[in-house]
Amino acid sequence: MKLTLRVWRQKNADADGAMSTYEVDGISPDMSFLEMLDTLNEELILKGEDPVAFDHDCREGICGACSLVINGDAHGPERTTTCQLHMRSFRDGDTIDVEPWRAAAFPVVKDLVVDRSAFDRIIQAGGYITAPTGAAPEAHATPVPKPDADFAFEHAECIGCGACVAACPNGSAMLFTSSKVNHLNVLPQGAPERETRVLDMVAQMDEEGFGGCTLAGECATACPKGIPLMSITGMNKEWLRATRKAGKR
Amino acid sequence: MALATRTDRRPSFARTVWDSSVGKKTVMAVSGLIMLLYLVVHMLGNLKIFFGAAEFDGYAHWLRTLGEPFLHHEWALWIVRVVLVVAVVAHAVAAYQLSRRDIKARPSKYVHKKARTSYATRTMRWGGIILALFIVWHVLDLTTGTVHPDFQAGHPYQNVIDTFSTWYGNVIYIVAVLAVGLHVRHGFWSAAQTLGAGSRTRDRALKITANALALVLTVGFVSVPVAVMTGVVS
Ligand code: HEM
Ligand code: SF4
Ligand code: FES
Repeated sequence: MKLTLRVWRQKNADADGAMSTYEVDGISPDMSFLEMLDTLNEELILKGEDPVAFDHDCREGICGACSLVINGDAHGPERTTTCQLHMRSFRDGDTIDVEPWRAAAFPVVKDLVVDRSAFDRIIQAGGYITAPTGAAPEAHATPVPKPDADFAFEHAECIGCGACVAACPNGSAMLFTSSKVNHLNVLPQGAPERETRVLDMVAQMDEEGFGGCTLAGECATACPKGIPLMSITGMNKEWLRATRKAGKR
Repeated sequence: MALATRTDRRPSFARTVWDSSVGKKTVMAVSGLIMLLYLVVHMLGNLKIFFGAAEFDGYAHWLRTLGEPFLHHEWALWIVRVVLVVAVVAHAVAAYQLSRRDIKARPSKYVHKKARTSYATRTMRWGGIILALFIVWHVLDLTTGTVHPDFQAGHPYQNVIDTFSTWYGNVIYIVAVLAVGLHVRHGFWSAAQTLGAGSRTRDRALKITANALALVLTVGFVSVPVAVMTGVVS
């Protein structure tokens, strides 16, 4: 395959960026999108040019590091991560636009790499449980009803990639935050922090400069892990419950 | 030394709600639902125009005597007016502040543009601005009569006919009613999500209710200017 790439190039956080055009040839339809970018970078390095910076780690769809907006879609045209997107989803001769996540809370570090530490701070605010360390506890000591376990697992699938923020017209982190809140709040292990978790995580989310939810639904469409839009409804419910309870103390 | 037992002093309930994007959205949902309830009653009341001047004007008079003798003359009406003004102001201020926040959170656009479904969000914002302007005009036109030539207090039937006998009266009103329809269509379902009342099993029912409410309100409100234009009501 022969492709024309238009890639966002930006030297550093303070520099102005712009789209640069590159031609790549000899791309196999079985390559992943990141392998295609590796091919481009090898050519750039041989020519003595600066390779395109992009985030990646596991390359198997589980770590959440990869992050590209491809032809206007976060993670590209298929419902998966960029590392699991294959070139067979494109046609020979296509022109492909590649841009970084765009949100005030995700500043560009270089080229296609953005700083997602705002997500880490949201997790630090309440995305944990209090548990004694040491030997693993007896697994049957805390029974979890099957529907609750399924619900928790569905939300635990979030890999923190930030595609939801990138796709949202308001740069909102509601889907990410709600997946973490729902995951832990439904489980007995998460019960002691049930109220403080949702209050603190939502407060941190606001503090980081993410937008609010207008229920446009773009986040759930972009999410490679299929976190449902209803997850946000669930977090709203938890937040209102916690606010009512906190008001009584 | 004793340890402090209370370590999580939190701001007051009102502060928590107003300072949070989730809380402020709750204010929008509650005020929106109050206005929605009012609009349904208002629309049904308007339909009395089809039964003639005596019944319509009589209904308007009854609204002023509502609650007597427990309430003083017009008090019930004033209570409704105060609740509505508070709802409109809270809704509009929250809408403005949340929209500002949303726009700031997404400062640079993608180079590759897509036909995005921010459609609903945009129609909510433009529709809201149209509604705000309409509410002001509507009150000055048919409640106070400030912008209404030959306004007759106590004769709402005649005043309504006057308004819908001008082309601009019809245009302003019909545009606003269509804006209400669109706003309620997304707004009712949205409010259910904001208040945590939505769920997978309830989603279809909520969407059908939202569409039905939007349709009934639009048809009900539009029927009045259409009836005046076509001479059914004169
Ligand atoms: C003063 C004029 C108004 C303005 C500026 C306004 C603006 C807005 C905006 C910007 C939204 C948020 C949309 C979103 O999040 O996507 C909204 C939601 C809503 N509006 Fe209005 N609106 C106005 C009047 C009304 C009226 C008259 C009603 C009564 C039917 C209403 C009912 C609602 C409801 C139920 C919601 C949903 C709240 C939620 O998403 O939780 N609004 N409005
Ligand atoms: S909710 Fe989905 S899109 Fe958002 S961070 Fe988690 S996995 Fe990524
Ligand atoms: S590189 Fe780990 S999810 Fe894509």
